[in-house]
Amino acid sequence: MIEIRAHGRGGQGAVTAMEILAKAAGLDGKYTQAFPNFGVERRGAPVRAFCRISDEPITIRSQVYEPDYVIVLDPSLSNLPEISSGLKQDSVILINSNNSHNFKEKTYHFDATTLALDVLGKDIVNTAMLGVFAGVTGLVPLEPILSVLDERFNGKVAELNKQLVERAYNETRGE
Amino acid sequence: MRGGMPAESRKERKGEIMKKKEAKKIMSGAHAVAEAVRLCRPDVIPMYPITPQTKISETIAEMSADGSLDAEIIRVESEQSAISACVGASAMGVRTYTATASQGIALMHEILFIASGLRLPIVMGVANRSLSAPINIWNDQQDSVSQRDAGWIQLYVENAQEAFDTHVQTFKIAEETRLPTMVCLDGYLISHTYEPVNILDASSVSRFLPRYKPKVSLNPSNPIAMGTLATPEHFMEFKKQQQEAMENATGVIKRVNREYASVSERSYGNGLIETTNLDGKEHAIITMGSVAGTARSMLEKEGIGMIRVKAMRPFPKEDIIKACQNIRSVGVLEKDVSLGSEGSLYTEVRSALYNTGSKPKVLGFIAGLGGKDITLDDMKNIMKKIKSEKENVSWV
Repeated sequence: MIEIRAHGRGGQGAVTAMEILAKAAGLDGKYTQAFPNFGVERRGAPVRAFCRISDEPITIRSQVYEPDYVIVLDPSLSNLPEISSGLKQDSVILINSNNSHNFKEKTYHFDATTLALDVLGKDIVNTAMLGVFAGVTGLVPLEPILSVLDERFNGKVAELNKQLVERAYNETRGE
Repeated sequence: MRGGMPAESRKERKGEIMKKKEAKKIMSGAHAVAEAVRLCRPDVIPMYPITPQTKISETIAEMSADGSLDAEIIRVESEQSAISACVGASAMGVRTYTATASQGIALMHEILFIASGLRLPIVMGVANRSLSAPINIWNDQQDSVSQRDAGWIQLYVENAQEAFDTHVQTFKIAEETRLPTMVCLDGYLISHTYEPVNILDASSVSRFLPRYKPKVSLNPSNPIAMGTLATPEHFMEFKKQQQEAMENATGVIKRVNREYASVSERSYGNGLIETTNLDGKEHAIITMGSVAGTARSMLEKEGIGMIRVKAMRPFPKEDIIKACQNIRSVGVLEKDVSLGSEGSLYTEVRSALYNTGSKPKVLGFIAGLGGKDITLDDMKNIMKKIKSEKENVSWV
């Protein structure tokens, strides 16, 4: 079982990102589970969301404490101690940032903000970071993510997010 | 059938199973509940939103707005009004649904007894959440457990799939027994968690659950009175009948669980309790709701069994006695507490086992109040204590 923890700020779409990832992995034939850290929803406050992906049915209901992957949507969160809380030796941090950080864990940084501003015209990076996750880890193929975006969003929003995910995926693939 | 099935039909069967597996969609528990409600075709749905039930009422409202759910949605000004409108609609003889949580069910308290006393088969989803104060929006089961004396059947589910399945079963159970029924799903842990759910097709649900035909209902052309004064001479007769209806409900719940399995290939224990990994074990954990999933993941490793109580009302006393026959110690893990006493499920399990010959040791664990996460480490410690056989009640 793969466990993922996403960190963002209220309104940045960490919860939606984990929902889309779970749905995409589900389309890919996996058992999945996604849930938020059920905080009081406030715009701008740090939020966490979780996703589990497995070949077997998932019954466990506790939060994720030792994630295999951490996805950070907002570079300003990089100083929070909870980003690296519970990380294992081979855990990987995927962070939206234009510079490298001094995490002791294996870290992959990608400037999703610049890409999102280019494609969407807005600093919304949750879907872009799913493209990064798919590209770097290969755990979920690109196609089901695109299908879920089509289902989840309408018209232009779906189209632009698909472009964004595809570009993030292609730029990070196999890294 | 084992071994005797011709190759071709085996292939066909495998194809069928594949089709069923493919039908699974990733959705939240709240969405799965709304899907079940739509398929069960209630006529009237009075609703008042409250966290974490809101996703259920929102999804039902969306379905009504896009025309895929043909029910009269009544927007009311409080939960007390929501359940009162359910009583009125159900008394008129139509299928009636609502959903609530926490302070909402507390506000319904007075009318819950009226619904059951009038024998109205209202179905209500409860997205379990703590009761104030201090104010807290997270999950425990204090809200519905506190209503256990209200004369409603209460069924607790473990995941989104079971929330869907149990809603479909429950309209049948309520209408056959003429007892209002709650389906209790853990707020957030089920309501807001996305996971795979297999949604039954509409024709299977229609076959399983035909249109509701009330035995008695209000009708201007054939007037009757409901809820009239009962003098001391008659009041206890009414209560005795409700008690008998609850006792008979155990058989109905078991049968409906079997009937549902024949249309969906899914069933949950005997409908009242579900035992797992219990054969040959000396120790068992007893619990309700989604935390059973966390326990489930550790049973084999820890070498203990599990009895998941699905029906809190009617309380499956005989089934629990039977399941505990060869057990030395059981631990009751629950997300509620009767302050000044102990956990409610603990009290009931202990009471059920009091007159049995084997009389296992019973430990109590109060956990997860107000959303406190029950971790794998917590579960490991709980199981360790159960195996120690030292009777006491502890707060996790």
